[in-house]
Amino acid sequence: MLRDITIGQYYPADSVIHKLDPRVKLFATLLYVVSLFLFKNWAGFLLAALFLFGFIWLSRVPVSYMVKGLRTIVVILVITALFNLFLTPGETLVEFWIFRITREGIVSAVTMAVRLIFLILGTSVVTLTTTPNQLTDGLEKSLGPLNKIRIPVHEIAMMMSIALRFVPILVEETNKIMKAQIARGADFESGNIIKKAKNMIPLLVPLFISAFRRATDLAMAMEARCYHGGEGRTKMKPLKYKKRDGVAYLVVLVYLAGIILVRVLVK
Amino acid sequence: MILDKINYTYSRDTAYERHALKDVSLKLEDGQFIGIIGHTGSGKSTLIQHLNGLMRADSGTIFFNGENIYDKEYDIRTLRAKVGLVFQYPEHQLFEATVFQDVCFGPKNQKLPKEEVEARAADALRAAGLPENLWQQSPFELSGGQKRRAAIAGVLAMRPQMLILDEPTAGLDPRGRDEIFEQVAGMHRDLHMTVVLVSHSMEDVANYVERLIVMNRGQVMLDGTPRHVFSYYKELEAVGLAAPQVTYLMHELRKAGLSVDVNATTKDEAKASILKALARP
Repeated sequence: MLRDITIGQYYPADSVIHKLDPRVKLFATLLYVVSLFLFKNWAGFLLAALFLFGFIWLSRVPVSYMVKGLRTIVVILVITALFNLFLTPGETLVEFWIFRITREGIVSAVTMAVRLIFLILGTSVVTLTTTPNQLTDGLEKSLGPLNKIRIPVHEIAMMMSIALRFVPILVEETNKIMKAQIARGADFESGNIIKKAKNMIPLLVPLFISAFRRATDLAMAMEARCYHGGEGRTKMKPLKYKKRDGVAYLVVLVYLAGIILVRVLVK
Repeated sequence: MILDKINYTYSRDTAYERHALKDVSLKLEDGQFIGIIGHTGSGKSTLIQHLNGLMRADSGTIFFNGENIYDKEYDIRTLRAKVGLVFQYPEHQLFEATVFQDVCFGPKNQKLPKEEVEARAADALRAAGLPENLWQQSPFELSGGQKRRAAIAGVLAMRPQMLILDEPTAGLDPRGRDEIFEQVAGMHRDLHMTVVLVSHSMEDVANYVERLIVMNRGQVMLDGTPRHVFSYYKELEAVGLAAPQVTYLMHELRKAGLSVDVNATTKDEAKASILKALARP
């Protein structure tokens, strides 16, 4: 179950998308996410789907790999859809006991579900094709101007990259501790919710301890190598735009134009 | 315990695919003291996780006490209690408020009565060599070596028939290492358990085990007494493992014209052999 977390994981492959400058990908993601919440009709979602699946196809990451990432958000998806289904006022279709399903409810439930799925798929393509280091480099560079208004961009980027880097480590650690406790007869599957939560203690206590241990070790190692924040720090691989990045920006601009067209033309 | 043609592949059908075990067939005799040696990534950790059912082979069967552990009716939980597995850095699994409570975790999961749980925990702590004045302390206040003993006791408390230890001395100083090995050897002797010791250092296990299994690239490369295995020291070098220093010394001495036994595996054997060779006129 824990192996299914694909958020923040990198999938190595040799594709155009992998080679793109992270700034392009970040910009595209931002635009894509905003567009998902602007669209109110099917034409818009069709456009987003086109953009998304083109992206996925080019990235050469197996679709099954991304769908696995969706499994972890099924609960959120169902809850969101149910809330929208039952709590949207409008023209009543079905009514029973205290529940009322409206036409508007169905529409907004489906829209919300599609939005969430597209959101997760889109963002996971980006993280799957970009190493955490590239991602934070891109973020740091894109947000660079904010430094002027005293926002510690480098520190935020560093925290993000460490957090992302630690996701697979902690997942692995969790698996290891889980196995060790199962070997001692622990049971993480059966029982009701309260029992299950109680059974998690042998897993969570060692996990927290190890997370703190790793954090102090890392801090010590960084200090030993004279890390002192972003000031005057140079990069081993500075980001440079190439021709393909220009092409990618063009594609993104076409998408932007598409969004505007859909918003204006399709009612 | 009998393993018949075990195969296991990690992350099948992805870019990370790795064939970790290839047709591994083994027979682990009851009461034996066995060492499993292999380079990092040779499949030794994967192999031992199959022995107590934590990992399930893609193909092949495992028999324990004559029963197929992949049978639908077979209760894998009893297997896990019978085959105790001590992971690398086992102290990372400690979680209870006191050492004693932590050691009780295993037998408690076996649903034994309270007195039995506590008796087993006390026996296990004694067998692991942890002094009684530490039993009521928090496991996080102990020293590295003591933590490890507490964790080993946590597995011993389930009274396994077979005890598997994955690199039990990793990260310990030489004295801590020797103490743990002595303790394990003592457990094998006194509790009549089958003990499987996993390590990447020949030096460490040569002194204790009666049988050595060498793993390489997911396959069993050599299997026999330490004497037999170390006689292939050239082949071992080729796969990145080294025979104990004693073996090299003895070969050098033989080359220099001294008629010593090149198959001596421990320091004491070597000493006796050299003295004998020198005493000869």
